[in-house]
Amino acid sequence: MFASKKSRLAAGVLAAGALLALSACSSGGGAFSTSSASSSSDSVTVGSAAFGESEILMQIYGQALAANGVKVDYKPSIGQRDVYLKALQDASIDLIPEYTGNLLQFYDKNSTATSSDDVYAGLGTALPKGYEVLDQSQAQDADSYNVTKAFSEKWKVTSLDDLKKVTEPLTVGANPEFQTRPYGIPGLKSAYGVTATLKPISDSGGPLTVAALKNGDVQLADIYTTTPAIKDNDFVTLKDPKNLIAAQNIVPLINTSKASAKVKDILNKVSKELTTTDLIDMNGENQGASKTQPDAVAKKWLQDHPIK
Amino acid sequence: MTDILAAFGWIFDPVNWAGASGIPTRIGEHILYSLLTLLLACAIALPIGFAIGHSGRFRGLAVGLSGALRALPTLGLVVYLALITTNLSIGPPLIALTILAIPPVLAGAYSGLESVDRAPIDAARAIGMTGWQVFTKVELPLALPLVIGGIRSGALQVIATWTVAAILPVGGLGRFLIDGIAIQNYPEMLGGSIIVIVLALVSDGLFALAQKLVVPRGVTAGRVRDTTEGEARHSGRASAPEGAPTT
Repeated sequence: MFASKKSRLAAGVLAAGALLALSACSSGGGAFSTSSASSSSDSVTVGSAAFGESEILMQIYGQALAANGVKVDYKPSIGQRDVYLKALQDASIDLIPEYTGNLLQFYDKNSTATSSDDVYAGLGTALPKGYEVLDQSQAQDADSYNVTKAFSEKWKVTSLDDLKKVTEPLTVGANPEFQTRPYGIPGLKSAYGVTATLKPISDSGGPLTVAALKNGDVQLADIYTTTPAIKDNDFVTLKDPKNLIAAQNIVPLINTSKASAKVKDILNKVSKELTTTDLIDMNGENQGASKTQPDAVAKKWLQDHPIK
Repeated sequence: MTDILAAFGWIFDPVNWAGASGIPTRIGEHILYSLLTLLLACAIALPIGFAIGHSGRFRGLAVGLSGALRALPTLGLVVYLALITTNLSIGPPLIALTILAIPPVLAGAYSGLESVDRAPIDAARAIGMTGWQVFTKVELPLALPLVIGGIRSGALQVIATWTVAAILPVGGLGRFLIDGIAIQNYPEMLGGSIIVIVLALVSDGLFALAQKLVVPRGVTAGRVRDTTEGEARHSGRASAPEGAPTT
């Protein structure tokens, strides 16, 4: 009994060791390829955060670059922002799709910029030396206040400014942090004079939040603008004329040493073509019934929008 | 250590004791939800458990089934039930947690009845008691410490696990945990956890007391005579059978 326990333990240790060795190999390989590639600037390792939309964007960047003769390596699903930005800074990746507002907030906690242009301008100074953002796309994936079509028609509400006209009490379905965030309950009050209470639903505008809005548990729901459910359920996304919510335009974040004129040109063309509607459609293909893989989704978009 | 201090600072801050999201309100909600869950679980599991223990039939089925129920991840079940019913009230977590509480209550019920010595049952029959009388006057009183032990272990799980329901817009102590992590308010999270722990310990203590109190006087008297040779064991659970919940 004791002996078998011991040998099982040994096997476990061996397996863990093998895993460690493997991961060391892969990260070593990454470092090697980037250092050898620094002589020829037209080789790029593109990474992504650990969610579908980021992977799709990574594939679009990568495939567009590859189609134009740049050597591309992929490192998908690196994790959350603090992890993948570290990967960028230790040169395991050179390029990653980012969101302007959240990226600015990461490097400049005190920034109050909210409009697309202000946020983009803020990034110019906030980014660490040696890294830059290329042109931002008009495509955005930001928090947004949504109402049902029936509610919008009943109260003639299409913008956050119109919410003052609503005489019944308002509840918002959103993550718990909405209670204190400047774009949440406090912002509604200070920017638009609207009093609302929060129903905390911890799924980041996912299916539970959508269900709450559909069945009338809440009148407003915080859902990311590129979520297919907005279109699928005919929700009305309220306009935000006072820029309460910080812009989250899609932008390529790149290691300056890799940003050759050719690479910049290709990525800027991608950003120019990309729209929020494209993102909704692509997320729909990725998350919907067909569950199309990110690389195939990206390939299709590039067929419709050839980048030369 | 500073985290623990900050957590107690949070608990004893008067600001956190007022209003609809204050600590007393949340404790009240948590107790209410937990009691409701236990009542439901008892209503379902006790009759079934007694029937199995009394008749000795379907024991394998009950053990297997309640074992399988234990493996259901409560968080997943809460989300799944909320999605298929598009209901974000306490309904889905109430069902999920009742399912969590059934196995220990059921196990306590049937193993409690099984643990009863055959001799007093035979004696009861011999003096002409009906099946029902045997059950209510002999089996149940003797089994009660173990039956309550099952409810006790269910209560512990229910109190601890109701916190996951706070991913939905419901009250209870889980609010402090889920809302705290959303804004990285660790004193709030840790403070909320400490309150959950205290609540669980208090419940466990009350059930332990109840287990002691329900031991029939005759059994205790008999035990005193038994233990004259030493070996003073805790009353009422000298012969806990295998598979019975910890008491």
